[in-house]
Amino acid sequence: MTTPITFGKVGGIRIRPAVNSDLLGLIALDEEVTGLAKRKYWKETFARYGARRRLPRFFLVAEHRGRVEGCIIGEVRAWEFGEPPCGWIFTVQVRPKTRLKGIGTQLFETLCDAFRRAGVAKVRTMMARDNQLVLSFFRSQGMMAGPFIELEAALD
Amino acid sequence: MKLQKASSFALYAVLELARNPTSQLSGTEIADKYGISAHHLAKVLRDLGRAGIVEAARGVGGGYRLAVNAKRLTLFDVIQIFEPIGPQGAATDDPELATDAGCALRMVLDELDDHALATFRSITISTMLKLMARRPWAGSSRFAKPSRQAESGR
Repeated sequence: MTTPITFGKVGGIRIRPAVNSDLLGLIALDEEVTGLAKRKYWKETFARYGARRRLPRFFLVAEHRGRVEGCIIGEVRAWEFGEPPCGWIFTVQVRPKTRLKGIGTQLFETLCDAFRRAGVAKVRTMMARDNQLVLSFFRSQGMMAGPFIELEAALD
Repeated sequence: MKLQKASSFALYAVLELARNPTSQLSGTEIADKYGISAHHLAKVLRDLGRAGIVEAARGVGGGYRLAVNAKRLTLFDVIQIFEPIGPQGAATDDPELATDAGCALRMVLDELDDHALATFRSITISTMLKLMARRPWAGSSRFAKPSRQAESGR
C-alpha cells in the first residue's frame, strides 16, 4: 500500500512533483544538457508520468528560486525472471552549472524514498556503458552491477 | 579478475591518502597498514607522483598527500598507469587471431574488457570511500580473510 511522499527543501533546493508549468523549463534544461530540443518527447513524458500523478510513477523536479535545476523520473515496474517488482529510474538530469552541489543526490534519494513507500526493495537503471557521467553518478549513490546482463541482437 | 600488484598497491595508497585528506602519510605507514612491501610501494608512489596524482612533502613530518580531487579521480585513472585496461586490439603477429575461432574468442574477450573498462571508469575514489564506509560485504564468507592491521582502522 502506498503512502504519500514527503518532499523536502534542503540547501535552497526544493524537490517536488513536476507540474504543468515546469514543462517549458524541463524542455530548456534538456536542451541545455543534450543539445537537442525534444518538445514532443517531454510533453508525452509529462502526460504519462507527471500530469496524472498516477502512482507508482514519479516525475520529480529540483527547483531553486523558481527555476527547474534538475529532474528525475522513475516508476515501479513488474519484473521478469521471477524477480519481485522494483523501482526503475530512466531519466536523471541536472543543469551543468549547478552540478556537484548535491541536487542529483537529493533527487535520487527522494525518488528512492518514494519507491520504498511504494513497497519495493530494489532500485535499478540501465544506460550505455560509455555514459561515464551518469554511470559515475549512480555509482556514487551506491548502485552496483545487479544480477542481470543486458543482451541484444540485430534483427536483420 | 585480478589486478597487478602495482595497481592494487597504488589504489591502497590513493584510498588511504583520500581517507586522510588533512594529513600526510609516509609510504612506510601505508605499507605497514596493508602488510605490503614498502620498497615496492615506494616505486608505486613515485609513479603516482609523476602522474600528478600524489605529491610528496619533504622534511620532518613529510609524506604524501593526494594532489587531485577524489571525486574526479577514477579507478581507471590510477590502474592505467600500471597496466593496460580494456580491449587491446589484435596482435598482428598472432595468425591464429585472424581465424574464425580467434575472432569469435576476441569478440567475447573484448566484451568482458569493455565491461571492465566501463566499471573502472565510472567508480571514483570518493565512491570507493563510501563503499568502504558502507561495508556491504560484512558477513559475507566470500570476502572473509585473515584479520590484519589494514582493517583495524587508524
